[in-house]
Amino acid sequence: MSKNSQFVKFDKVDKSYDGKVLVVKDLNLDIAEGEFITMLGPSGSGKTTCLMMLAGFETPTNGEIYLDSNPISNIPPHKRGIGMVFQNYALFPHMTVYENLAFPLRVRKVSKDDIDKKVDKALSMVSLTGFENRMPGQLSGGQQQRVAVARALVFDPAVVLMDEPLGALDKNLRESMQYEIKHIHESIGVTVVYVTHDQGEALTMSNRIAVFNDGKVQQLSSPDKLYEEPVNSFVAEFIGENNRFAGQVTEISNNKCKVKLDSGSEILANPIAVKSNGEKTMVSLRPERALINSKEKMENNFKGKIEEVIYHGDHTRVRLDLLGNKEFILKVPNSSANMEIKLGNQINVSWNSFDARALDPK
Amino acid sequence: MSSETKKILTTDGIPLEESLKKAEKKNKLKAFLLVCPLLLFLIITYVFPIGDMLFRSIDDRMVTDMLPKTYKAMEKWDGKDLPDEEVFKAFYLDYKKLVEEKTFGKLATQLNYEKNGFKSILKKLKRKMKKFEEGNYKEQIMGVHKRWANVEYWRALKRRAPAYSYSKYLKGVDMYENEDGKIVQVPEDRRVHKILWVRTVEVAFFVTVLCFLMAYPIAHLLATLPMKYSNLLMICVLLPFWTSLLVRTASWMILLQQQGIVNDFFVWIGLVSDENRPEMMYNKTGTYVAMTQILLPFMVLPLYSVMKTISPSLMRAGKSLGGTPFVAFWKVYFPLTIPGIGAGCLLVFILAIGYYITPALVGGASGTLISNQIAFHMKSTLDWSFASAMGLMLLTGVLAIYWVYNKLVGVDNIKLG
Repeated sequence: MSKNSQFVKFDKVDKSYDGKVLVVKDLNLDIAEGEFITMLGPSGSGKTTCLMMLAGFETPTNGEIYLDSNPISNIPPHKRGIGMVFQNYALFPHMTVYENLAFPLRVRKVSKDDIDKKVDKALSMVSLTGFENRMPGQLSGGQQQRVAVARALVFDPAVVLMDEPLGALDKNLRESMQYEIKHIHESIGVTVVYVTHDQGEALTMSNRIAVFNDGKVQQLSSPDKLYEEPVNSFVAEFIGENNRFAGQVTEISNNKCKVKLDSGSEILANPIAVKSNGEKTMVSLRPERALINSKEKMENNFKGKIEEVIYHGDHTRVRLDLLGNKEFILKVPNSSANMEIKLGNQINVSWNSFDARALDPK
Repeated sequence: MSSETKKILTTDGIPLEESLKKAEKKNKLKAFLLVCPLLLFLIITYVFPIGDMLFRSIDDRMVTDMLPKTYKAMEKWDGKDLPDEEVFKAFYLDYKKLVEEKTFGKLATQLNYEKNGFKSILKKLKRKMKKFEEGNYKEQIMGVHKRWANVEYWRALKRRAPAYSYSKYLKGVDMYENEDGKIVQVPEDRRVHKILWVRTVEVAFFVTVLCFLMAYPIAHLLATLPMKYSNLLMICVLLPFWTSLLVRTASWMILLQQQGIVNDFFVWIGLVSDENRPEMMYNKTGTYVAMTQILLPFMVLPLYSVMKTISPSLMRAGKSLGGTPFVAFWKVYFPLTIPGIGAGCLLVFILAIGYYITPALVGGASGTLISNQIAFHMKSTLDWSFASAMGLMLLTGVLAIYWVYNKLVGVDNIKLG
């Protein structure tokens, strides 16, 4: 079975609500069939607007959206056959769980027997068999969420949209629901477009993540690439923790560059978004890539003063004053070798130039 | 679990239940004292007047007390032929006393309610009575006016004998107890109240329907518009609500009269010719128009408060699951607004069924309602007991509607805000 790599296609889509500000700017995005793609971004970044345009509740101001190669801008929501899970579940409070699930089937004039079968199947998929006659108000938040997921899937839609579906759940429930949704996706192979502002959620669930900011996709890649190789300082900043050094490129070669920091020191970095000497840059370094008292020889080696120590059990977070950056964070694994981490001590910190990514200055 | 439950004791050895009661007692007393003023207020302004009204509507002691001897003598009368001398004598003595005390006018009024024509023969009797000789009062009284020789009048007099009666209630539905003690309808040409009751229910019903039809879209608009527009619209809805009822009714008079603005407009656009301006006031049309406008906010507000709580994502969910906009509305949105519809309709209907001032001003002859009749008896005929009886019938009707509503929809489903 060959899968359509452009099952959903946003083609040069613009969206403006007031004719003054573009909420979505020139969006081009291909979503493959069966893919789990997440739109991740801060609130107001345009991700939910994209979802609403796909669902049909908003129309693109410019451009076109294709579903399985058919333009859908002029198709009303109820004819698109797209399942949707809403942030507040949007279960119909006056209907039982069974009636909620039967709703999309009834409007499609499915026979009574088939409705029973499909509802049964959908409920067992979210392990809620036996809850048919409950009202939504009698269910816990997690159960309601699972009913909402089952309802969005029960009529076998080609695409399922999820708009921050786990936002209202507590942390533990959220994590277990993440796995549950992921497993459902894997077992039935439906295309899922998922919107969230929770990066942890995005990283654990998705095949690919589209990071939105300011109405634009900043980076579209797999979760590991997104974390390891952010292409600009917004992504580096938004995904995971990040140490930043502002500076200016003084020397540049193929895979290395020298950056003169505002504090005067020079560090070696990996030129990602810089091309020439004299460019302003922001060097980004993941906390776990900087080591203390490393035996290995590394290109960047500096001394820093410990400003704050926070014990996390398996690791210790250390805030250093390093090269003029008072917010330099280190994650030190909990081992007997690292016992001299005390407030006020000077320690050696080192990292490879490859891990220090010189990005746009923002 | 053991079959016998063990009493739980506090650390002091007192049963827990008892010490809990003791601890709560003070709070309960405090709470009671706090609601006490309101309770008193309700008793004084609500329970007492209604009780008084109930009593007044069945209280018929006035006549009984004014003619004690007569009614004593009448006990033996079978009511078939004219009563004998004893009754006439007793009546003469009672009436003479009333004339001396100058309270005979009240008797005349009361008896005239019972049977027309009583007032004049009582007056005539008063004049002629001065020259009455002792003995044979039957002859002398019958000689005053031929109606005194009519057994009907004596039967009417006897009907007022009981201290308490439900005759006012019968009168309220155009019935009466005839000479044989049977409850029958009054002649067709005198059935005024039945027409009024039917008209009142009809007007209340259609005003409720009209209010609902107009309020539903307005409330929906209010609930879905962005804040800055919905606030403005809300003020537009409430502004008439804040204007005096009298002013609003008067402005409808200006609008609806035959030379009024609405008629002028109809003529101007050529809908009607100048000679045939329709009458829109002093009839049912005027009552409908003015009452619908006045009661509209009572429908909009409960609907709005319910619609405000319905998440817009529910309609979206309905559509995304494949329902056409109509299906999504009918299966998802509409059922959720039923509590508001119930509250609004009940409120408007109950207010409309007892509406007074608007029908009085714009209703004319064919647009007045039962409450206007009650007011008429309160102010003009001064038959307060009849007014009370009709008021209570209205109240009972409202309670019955409430009961039916509760059975059908459930009062706990009502949402006022």
